[in-house]
Order: sequence, then structure tokens, then C-alpha cells
Amino acid sequence: MSVLLEARDVVVRYGNREAVKGVSLQLHRGERLGLIGESGSGKSSLARALLGLEPLAAGSVRFDGQPMHGAPPTLRRRFQPVFQDVGAALDPRMSIRSSLEEPFVIHRQPVAGLDALLAQVQLPPELLARFPSELSVGQRQRVNLARALALNPEALLLDEPVSALDVSVQAHVLNLLNALAASRALSFFVITHDLHVIAHLCTRVLVMFEGRLVEEGPVTQVLSAPRHAYTQQLIASR
Amino acid sequence: MTLAVQGLRVELDGLPLVRDFSLQLTAGRVHAVVGESGSGKTIAALSVLGLEPHGAVVTNRPAAARAGLSMVLQEPLSALNPVLSVGAQLTETLLVHGHPASRAVELLAEVGISDGAERLRFFPHQLSGGQRQRVAIACALAASPKVLIADEPTTALDASMRNVILQLLRTLARERGLAVWLITHDLHAVRGASDEVTVMYAGLVVEQGATAHVLSAPRHPYTAALLASNPAANAPGRALPTIDGAVPLARELVGGCRFHPRCSRREARCTTEAPRLVDGVACHFPAGPPR
Repeated sequence: MSVLLEARDVVVRYGNREAVKGVSLQLHRGERLGLIGESGSGKSSLARALLGLEPLAAGSVRFDGQPMHGAPPTLRRRFQPVFQDVGAALDPRMSIRSSLEEPFVIHRQPVAGLDALLAQVQLPPELLARFPSELSVGQRQRVNLARALALNPEALLLDEPVSALDVSVQAHVLNLLNALAASRALSFFVITHDLHVIAHLCTRVLVMFEGRLVEEGPVTQVLSAPRHAYTQQLIASR
Repeated sequence: MTLAVQGLRVELDGLPLVRDFSLQLTAGRVHAVVGESGSGKTIAALSVLGLEPHGAVVTNRPAAARAGLSMVLQEPLSALNPVLSVGAQLTETLLVHGHPASRAVELLAEVGISDGAERLRFFPHQLSGGQRQRVAIACALAASPKVLIADEPTTALDASMRNVILQLLRTLARERGLAVWLITHDLHAVRGASDEVTVMYAGLVVEQGATAHVLSAPRHPYTAALLASNPAANAPGRALPTIDGAVPLARELVGGCRFHPRCSRREARCTTEAPRLVDGVACHFPAGPPR
């Protein structure tokens, strides 16, 4: 498998505080990689650094060999984020059609295939005329996904993709993500505190603690035989 | 019995948010109320406390229920006053309820904060999420309640703290003879954390009973489907079982059983006749024999 995303010795600093203390990682093409760790461990800072949204105090992030920081839109659109806060990610004043057209407009692409885009996330085309407030939380999260998929990215960064959803809706979205990964050969970088989500979505997992990666390995191995004390505690508590 | 709620109904602008809710709380035990968004689980508790939204009409609220009830909220950071020290918040509640301020350190010890004397000087932002929730629980205990209502007390906490707080609630129930009303969306989380469980769906109780029984042999099809769809209950690598459709909104009219459009076991009777809660299950065709 070739390397799609590579971080080398990434350091993110806020004033005197180092949130990410030298992290190196690789996401391969078609791979589904998970990142677990508790709040304050630096997960979100690392995620923003990987997307090129957080200035680096040291190190580098490359996507398909090119630096993510200061990258042109043509590179950025190949690696799309889907964030946790389902409510805040869609503009309440915009119809679903406008929300889905926006990525095409921003990247100066002809708007095409909105019906097919909704079909991919198992939503009917009638929803295009609706507004976010008229959709259930699960439907809104699927629209977010459809938006992220609009420009055919090669990788998705999924930050707590199901933690705001009800249990019965979580199952739908996890199934959908697995189906999409298989049918479109997408790579996932999944950030979550939920080990079950990692078990169902990912093949390899990284464990972050106090700004550093402390453990890495195949999901089955890390979840069944964790080596680091923090991972052991996390797994014992689930 | 410490508190009995029977046939509670809450309407807002003519819409029934809670249609029919009953529950019995016993000293020393944890009763979990589980439901998805819109099930009415939080509004039922708020209405018992007299904290329903402005303009809501509450029917069958237990008389004088508010005395002896305390509540712990989801997000300890917004429940605690950011400009008051831990000590100031605890002693305020203690004094209001006629207890000596000197009890503050004891209360912190009860919720698992051993260096209480030192922590009294701390402000909420100087504590970890788990410790903040412990302080919020200590504040709730300062009023010496008979019933402690905890609304999703672990949602804002890290996974590693979740069981610790749930176990703390169970220990407090046993040791203080407290009745705990635990509200959560996670049916799996209540397994080791509660003695009884009530499952709500669209404003109604669909199943109620001993947690061990309900979780190992659910009788209502919704309870069974909810348990089956949880990622924790499934081996990775296979599609998760799902429930078709969505929870009906309060304004949606559903004839008969409110779960019937999504139910795999529905028959003609389910579309016309609403089932009543009998032997802890509200279903015309429950699985298994009565417990």
C-alpha cells in the first residue's frame, strides 16, 4: 500500500503549551486508521494539523507527497473532514440543495449529480428542497457526509462521526461508512473516544496520550492485548 | 418506596412530550431510564422536579415531590459556577439546607476526592472533567436528598471516567440509602450500573423491569432492536442490525402502537390498538413469558 498522508515529527504549540509533541504517522491508500485518546490528549489539534488548518511549530504534513500547509484547493479537496457537531456543520438558512452545491462553487466545479450524491448516503432526492431543521439528526449527518463526498475525495477525516447520534442511528451511519469505504476505496482517519466505533470502522489504531502517540497496531491486537498502561485502562473501562 | 410516579403526562402547546410515564424508585437502588432523543426521558424528570419548560401542562405530578430531590446534569462545567471555588459552592448549598459548612470535606471524601481540604480552594476550571462531575454530585448530596436524578452524567466525560462515575452513583445509593434516577441514552451502559431499568419510546414506557432480566431477555421488540444495533454487541466485520425509520416526533400521529411502523413483529392489531404496560412490557406480542 502506498502512503497517502504522512506526518513527520508534528508539533503544535499554543503559547507555551505543546498540544502535540512530535507525532509521526502514515495513512495508506484505502486504509482505515483510527486515533483514540481522551479529551486534552491532543487528538483534535493533530487532526487540524493533518488538514493543514493548524500552523505547525515543527515537523511536516504531506498528502500524496505535497505539503498540506498552504496547499492549493486542488490538493485540499482530496482530503475532506466530517465533524462531530451535526447541528453546527450545516447552515440553517441554506436548503440542502444549496449546502450540497457549495463545495462545487467554492472549488469552481460544475454542479452535478446531487441526486446521486444523496443516493450514496441513502437519502431520497426530495430532501434537496428541505432545510436542516426539517431533517432528523441522522439525516443531517448523512448530508454532511454527502457534502464531504461531493468532490470525490480520496480520504475522509472523521472526527467523532457518530457520537452525537442515537444508538439506533449510529448503526445506520457506521454501516454506511463501511459500505462507502468499500465501494469508493476511500481512506479514513477516524478520531473517537469510542473503542467500539474503532472496532467497527478501522483496521489499524493509534493511541494518543498527553500529546504523544503511545501505542500503535492492528485494531484486533490493540483492543485484545494493549501494551501501554493508558490503553489498558481505556479498554478495561469500556 | 421513596418516590412513585404514576401516569405522568406533559404537554407543550398541545403536543404530548410525555404521554404516559410511571416509575417507582426505591432507597438504595439505581433505576435507569433509557431512551433515544425525543423519547421524553429528560422532560419527565424535569417535570417531576417542577422544572418543565414554561407553558407546559403537567398531569399527575407526584405531590410534594420536589422536597428531597436533587439533580446532577450532563455537563458539570456549566452546572458549576466558574467564579466560585469548590468550597464556596458546597458550603452555600450546605448552609441553605441547614447543615454545617464543615461537612464540605466529608462530602468530597464521599464522592472519592480524598484531598478535599485542599480541593476546596480550587475553581472548576482547575479540575479534570471527572473531578468536576464528582464536585457536582457532592453539591447535589449537600442538600441531603432522598432521590438523586442524574441526567446523562457521563456523556461529557472521557470513556475512561464513565464507569467510575456510574459506580460512584451505585455506591452512593447503597451506602446512603439514596434512590438514584439515572437518565441515559445508552442501554449497554446501564448493565452494571443499575438495578432496574425503564425503556422509553416516543413519550411512553415500553418496557420496565430488573436490569439483568431486561438486558438478557428483552420482551419488547424496540428494546431487543436497540440492544442488537449497539456496536458493542456486535463482532466487527459485519453490518450492524438497524431499525428502519425514525422515532416519531411529538406532533406525528401514529395509530395503535407508536412503534408499529418500525416493528418487525407487527400484526393488524398493532396498527389500531395501543398496547398497555402489562407485566413490565407494552406490546401486544411480547417475546417470552412474563417474568
